[in-house]
Amino acid sequence: MPKQLGRREAALGLALPLVLLAAWWYATALGGIKVYQLASPGDVVRELGVLWSNGELAKNLIASVGRVAFGFAVALLLAIGIGTSVGLSPRVERIIDPTLQALRAIPSRAWVPLLLLWLGIGETAKIVLIAIGAFFPIYVNLVAGIRGVDRKLVEVAEIFGIRGFALARRVVIPAALPSLLVGARVGLTQAWLFLVAAELLGATRGLGFLLTEGQQISRTDEILTAIVLLAICGKLSESGMRAIEKRLLYWTDGIGA
Amino acid sequence: MKPAVAVDGLTIAFGERRVLEDFSLVVAPGETLAILGPSGCGKSTLLRAIARLVTPQSGRIETDAEIGLVFQEPRLLPWLSVEKNVAFAARGDVERARVKDAIDLVGLTHAAHLLPKALSGGMAQRASLARSLVRSPKLLLLDEPLSALDALARLDLQVAIARIIRETGCTAVLVTHDVEEALFLADRIVVLGGAPAAVATVLEVPSNDRRVRSADLTRERNVLYAALGVETPPAGAGAPRLIRVQ
Repeated sequence: MPKQLGRREAALGLALPLVLLAAWWYATALGGIKVYQLASPGDVVRELGVLWSNGELAKNLIASVGRVAFGFAVALLLAIGIGTSVGLSPRVERIIDPTLQALRAIPSRAWVPLLLLWLGIGETAKIVLIAIGAFFPIYVNLVAGIRGVDRKLVEVAEIFGIRGFALARRVVIPAALPSLLVGARVGLTQAWLFLVAAELLGATRGLGFLLTEGQQISRTDEILTAIVLLAICGKLSESGMRAIEKRLLYWTDGIGA
Repeated sequence: MKPAVAVDGLTIAFGERRVLEDFSLVVAPGETLAILGPSGCGKSTLLRAIARLVTPQSGRIETDAEIGLVFQEPRLLPWLSVEKNVAFAARGDVERARVKDAIDLVGLTHAAHLLPKALSGGMAQRASLARSLVRSPKLLLLDEPLSALDALARLDLQVAIARIIRETGCTAVLVTHDVEEALFLADRIVVLGGAPAAVATVLEVPSNDRRVRSADLTRERNVLYAALGVETPPAGAGAPRLIRVQ
């Protein structure tokens, strides 16, 4: 695709947000809606400026980004380890997979009371909750990816006497990489969703904390600011993952390549 | 002299279907043997058994230790360049040093850095051939290596394979359903037929002293097509002139 056209196409994605922004501004500027119901875009920008200058923005952003990054990293490592074992060994699958599928069916909020009891309201509980959320998409996609590896490629390795760990490292995992990366992208989105669930409970900083605080003091500008920041963070991490995918999957021959 | 491949009393069944029953075959060292037969006659199964990809119900297979196998499809790892795909088979520095030679031998010197998605079918199959040569196999097994290629690429690779077999001096077993391919490459042709598969005909290809020739192989062609139960196509139709490379 020519670069010029690509940029014009990409700009199309900005059209809808701009329309929404205009509608929001129009609704609040006409005065039909009270500030305690919905703050205006100007209020949100002002609030952002305030949070920026008093250091609250950096403090809350860093707290949230750090939790997501840590929780996601834990989930990624565990999912690669467990997913590879399950994907490669039908026996390990029979032992582990039914349990994992049951755990996966548990709604995120159901974990919260247990985690609070076990781990208190500190950082660990939040990171564990985020890791739980991010783990399953990565695990499920990786296992499916390994199952889908072309048996003919495995046979080539067999001919050359490449088995076990070497087979996993040299053939199976690279071949399953596209699925792993799709799982990681979904997992990272999940991590952001679970972050809010985690921060709604007894956090003293973070974007989820901003939401709770805004609700308690009836400040819609603070709530909307947190929501806008969450949207931006989610979108940025999604784009980042796509860039990583593009870089690691230079060899694929699909229509996206 | 000890044979390069000795198959004795081989029986292979997939469920109820017996593909091979009490099948025996001997391949002499340095010989190029073609196994010719219609699709599904068990010739690929025989080759896969020799390569130890299929476990027989009974019977014995003895082969030289190092086997190279080229499949019908190139089966390259799509995330590796040609060079790294060829190096995939290498163990240790000696074989790694041979990677470049193998690539040169199949004529891919200038494509060594390319990814499989950038290769034509013929080039990909050459890369696959190079990969099978890195371990200097004494025995080269070719499982319909040309059947997925277009006519021109097929002729091209056919000549390359003949040259490589000659230069490396290895024993080769070629599985094919193409009479002309068998006549071009083989010293001896075994035609399989029936179910379970049995040897229908064995044919020595004349002038297997590998002199340059433009031989008239009408008789051999007739024998092979008759064994396959097919009428011999008119001369020229799909029949390349047989010029054995020096």
